Amino acid sequence: MSDNNQPSVIKCESVFKIFGNNAKRLLENSSGNVDAKTFQDAGCIVGVNNASFDVKKGEMLVVMGLSGSGKSTLLRCISRLTEATSGKIFIDGDDLLTMNNKELIELRRNKMGMVFQNFALLPHKTVLENIAFPLQIKGTNTNESIAKAMEMVELVGLKGRENYFPRELSGGQQQRVGIARSLAVEPDIWFLDEPFSALDPLIRKEMQDEFLRLQGVLKKTIMFVTHDFDEALRLADRIAIMKDGIIEQLDTPDNIVLNPATEYVKKFTEDVPREKVLKIESIMDPIDSNASSNIEISKDAIIETLAESILNSKEILKVVDANKNNEIVGSLDPAKVIKVLFGK
Amino acid sequence: MLNNFKKSKPQQFSFLILIFLFLYFIVPEDENSLLWRLPPLLKDIPAFINYLLDNLMFNWLTIPVYDPDWGMYEDQAIVRLITRSISDFLLFLIIFIREFFLGGMQTISSLTGDSLKGLKLAYLPAIPWTAVIMGLFILGYKLQGLSLALIASLGFFYVSVFGQWEPTMETLSLVLVTAPICFILGLFFGILGYLSKKVETTLQPILNVAQTMPHFSYLVPIIVFFGVGDHAGAVATIIFATPPMIRLTILGLRKISPEIVESGLMSGCNRFQLLFRVLIPTARRDILIGVNQVIMQCLAMTTIAAFIGAKGLGFNLKVALNGLKIGKAAEIGICVVIIAVVLDKLSLAWANKQKDYFANLSFFQRNKAFVYFLFLTLILGIIAYFSASYFEEGINFLYLIPFGKGLTIAPLLDAGVDWIWETFFYYLNIFNKFLITYVLFVMRDAYLGMPVVSTFFLIMGAGYIIGGIRSCLIVGGLILFIALSEYWNRALITAYMATFAVGISAINGIIVGSLCARNEISTKIILSICDFFQTFPSFIYLIPVILLFGITDTSVMIAAIAYASVPATRYTVEGLRSVPPSLHDAGSMSGVSNLQRWISIEFPLALPHIMLGLNQTVIFALMMIVLGALIGTEDLGQIIMGSLSRPGGAGIGFTLGIFVSFICLAVDNLIRTWTDERKKLLGIS
Ligand SMILES: Nc1ncnc2c1ncn2[C@@H]1O[C@H](COP(=O)(O)OP(=O)(O)OP(=O)(O)O)[C@@H](O)[C@H]1O
Ligand SMILES: [Mg+2]
Repeated sequence: MSDNNQPSVIKCESVFKIFGNNAKRLLENSSGNVDAKTFQDAGCIVGVNNASFDVKKGEMLVVMGLSGSGKSTLLRCISRLTEATSGKIFIDGDDLLTMNNKELIELRRNKMGMVFQNFALLPHKTVLENIAFPLQIKGTNTNESIAKAMEMVELVGLKGRENYFPRELSGGQQQRVGIARSLAVEPDIWFLDEPFSALDPLIRKEMQDEFLRLQGVLKKTIMFVTHDFDEALRLADRIAIMKDGIIEQLDTPDNIVLNPATEYVKKFTEDVPREKVLKIESIMDPIDSNASSNIEISKDAIIETLAESILNSKEILKVVDANKNNEIVGSLDPAKVIKVLFGK
Repeated sequence: MLNNFKKSKPQQFSFLILIFLFLYFIVPEDENSLLWRLPPLLKDIPAFINYLLDNLMFNWLTIPVYDPDWGMYEDQAIVRLITRSISDFLLFLIIFIREFFLGGMQTISSLTGDSLKGLKLAYLPAIPWTAVIMGLFILGYKLQGLSLALIASLGFFYVSVFGQWEPTMETLSLVLVTAPICFILGLFFGILGYLSKKVETTLQPILNVAQTMPHFSYLVPIIVFFGVGDHAGAVATIIFATPPMIRLTILGLRKISPEIVESGLMSGCNRFQLLFRVLIPTARRDILIGVNQVIMQCLAMTTIAAFIGAKGLGFNLKVALNGLKIGKAAEIGICVVIIAVVLDKLSLAWANKQKDYFANLSFFQRNKAFVYFLFLTLILGIIAYFSASYFEEGINFLYLIPFGKGLTIAPLLDAGVDWIWETFFYYLNIFNKFLITYVLFVMRDAYLGMPVVSTFFLIMGAGYIIGGIRSCLIVGGLILFIALSEYWNRALITAYMATFAVGISAINGIIVGSLCARNEISTKIILSICDFFQTFPSFIYLIPVILLFGITDTSVMIAAIAYASVPATRYTVEGLRSVPPSLHDAGSMSGVSNLQRWISIEFPLALPHIMLGLNQTVIFALMMIVLGALIGTEDLGQIIMGSLSRPGGAGIGFTLGIFVSFICLAVDNLIRTWTDERKKLLGIS
């Protein structure tokens, strides 16, 4: 979970990415005020428009937006698969954009892992060889890298299939290989670009669970791109919503739903079922001495997860703070939950 | 009205043709009129090329070289020294591989000097032909399975039993030397082209010209640089067979999804690792398809390389054709076809073979096939050693069946030919005469009677309508180059033959293709027939037509039509099959007949692809027509052929080759521009 005391692992300051021949000059002339329309007329496409944010250690930032909104481009800038047109990016405090090729390769070999939408496995290598690939590139000796890769195979539940080729695996299994490969070098930072979009819904759910389980164990710093709001809600500590390259809002899920910063975000979140996002805390009342029920509920719980038990109780419930020895912090009238669930 | 005209291409084309005809009839035939023929301002180009070559080889950049025979220093041109050492190197490789199959002592004596000459010890024994066939069996089995093993071994068994083993191995040794060189060069330039846009844009036009130039036209410059012999043949082959490898390498690498490249980068690959551990293995199949192309081109070219002294099947074929020994020629032709099919199937199987993973295998298990091969070779070698005394006349049939000592069907074939001649001569002759007098000559005269203004108006006008001012200028420029030479009339003859051949081939291809594309099974059948006909060298097509029509223009025409119908058919089938089925259904639902559907839906949608096929058809037809000069036509090809044996022929041969290439490129430009536009319009690009 996010914690403000943690150091920031990824830090972006006014990052721009503009595609086109004279992007750099146009950007300098525009003095930081980039309008997609004028740039388009000049033959440039705005990929990322003035992105500033940071990601704390162990935090999971989910980047959301419609197709073409610049999510992948943002991720690519931070992994330096494309060069940002201007701005500053710091990884663990080191300036990414001034690194030379050698430093960049070192960074990728040790600190970064990435999972791709279409898996991007090497077709001529087996599962095991694919997973061991980053290690071998790094120069780890064969026995060690095979052992490590085997460990990864087990971690993602592919034991018994390590000698298969990617073409012999289902989509979900291939993505497990992709995940295992990205984790093989034990990176601190984990990038995932729509890792589950190419999978069908049932498998996707299963993979999300698997992913949450892994994150529970590994606690990486994560940037996760998706255009599926449900997925974002299930996974995110914070969500960034992008439109035309601009980060419209970057906040916790419930804040995004409750206090959308722009019209666009509002529209975007309109159809999201409130109970899936909101925590008890956001609808609770002050401490009420009349609270007669014995049931205590945590203020950090998502409403949906407790809805059934709340509705079964006719009385006003006590809300407690699990972090402070279950001290009572408020009360909750079931009627309010009904309103969230069925009212608009 | 005017607006309408600006939009309607058919109207523009009608207008164009009207003016063309008007000019055609209004301009009088007058050698001094610029409207009739342009002056040969560029007639000195061949001489200039000769001058360049001469100076390159003898005068420029000389360094003193010690000549042991004369015991003194002599000035020699660097270029010449370089080409000579390349020649020596190639020749050494060819002879080494040749002696591996056929035995001999040149390899060893070339290393040790003359002292060992005549020494029995220095004689390299050949690997017995039975062992080669076993090897092919094992290779075929390993690559694909029993069927391929049988095809490969039986094919070569036939070749050996029919006494063509020696020339076949000579040809094969050329292929085995040139194909790997083409592969390495192609891969190298392909990678460079992939890495740098600049290199690719420089390579592109060179590749275009190299691939559309008739094989013959660079034979002469090669003679100048490299002399005559197997090594010159090898050089010609390398020049001809490398371009497709470069193309397919670039294409294969470009096809790799960007995600794979990025996954490589994120794994921390440096450039080198990215290239050799990610990109090339991922593009493996396309690259190996390139190898297949290389092998086929090498085989095609080694037969033609006979004209500059390469030994092998091509040489024997040439001799047989020159002596009009049709039966013999056909026999050799069959062998060439067999070898082509076997090499094609083997290399395709290699390309399509997926790597198997076997963990922790022992050395023996890993190289089982090779160990078997060595073992069997040993046994067969021993058998061959002891069987030597068993056969009479000093011929050991289990070791090597000498040329012409095998079975032969030549008399049978000759008898067949005689029979055909006797039975059908009358009809064939009538057909032949009719075609020549009433079609070909009429057409030829029509082309020769075309004033140069009208030609240019037609070509550049078509360019303008199709691709705007850019195409107009490109096409005009390419043709102008020819018009300013001495050979415009010859080029017109070439053009008339090409028009005729392409016209008939296109009709053939479209009709046959359309009929066959109608169901799954016939599609498969026709595509494999096309594959089959495309595997063997163009040279081979000439044999049956000479058999039927003798040495006439008709023969060349028919060979060209047969050869050029293949791409026309293939592209028609592919184009029609790629029309989405939903459109068929839509057509069927609205109750149209098959023919209506074909006219109104399928054909227009498939047309862009069919036009690309036509592009190939033009190139194929021109290649065959130039080759046809071998049996006597009077177009550009004849002079190109003639230049082979003429002093100073290099300049002429090369220039005319460029002309033919320019005709191809002009057509290519028009067709490509049209199809690109059309595809965009139909939304199928
Ligand atoms: N290499 C490139 N050259 C030019 N424009 C590009 C390039 N890559 C991306 N773009 C443009 O930048 C914009 C953002 O693209 P991006 O791939 O980041 O979108 P996305 O949010 O990841 O979309 P999706 O959900 O479809 O993956 C798009 O308008 C795209 O056309
Ligand atoms: Mg994307």
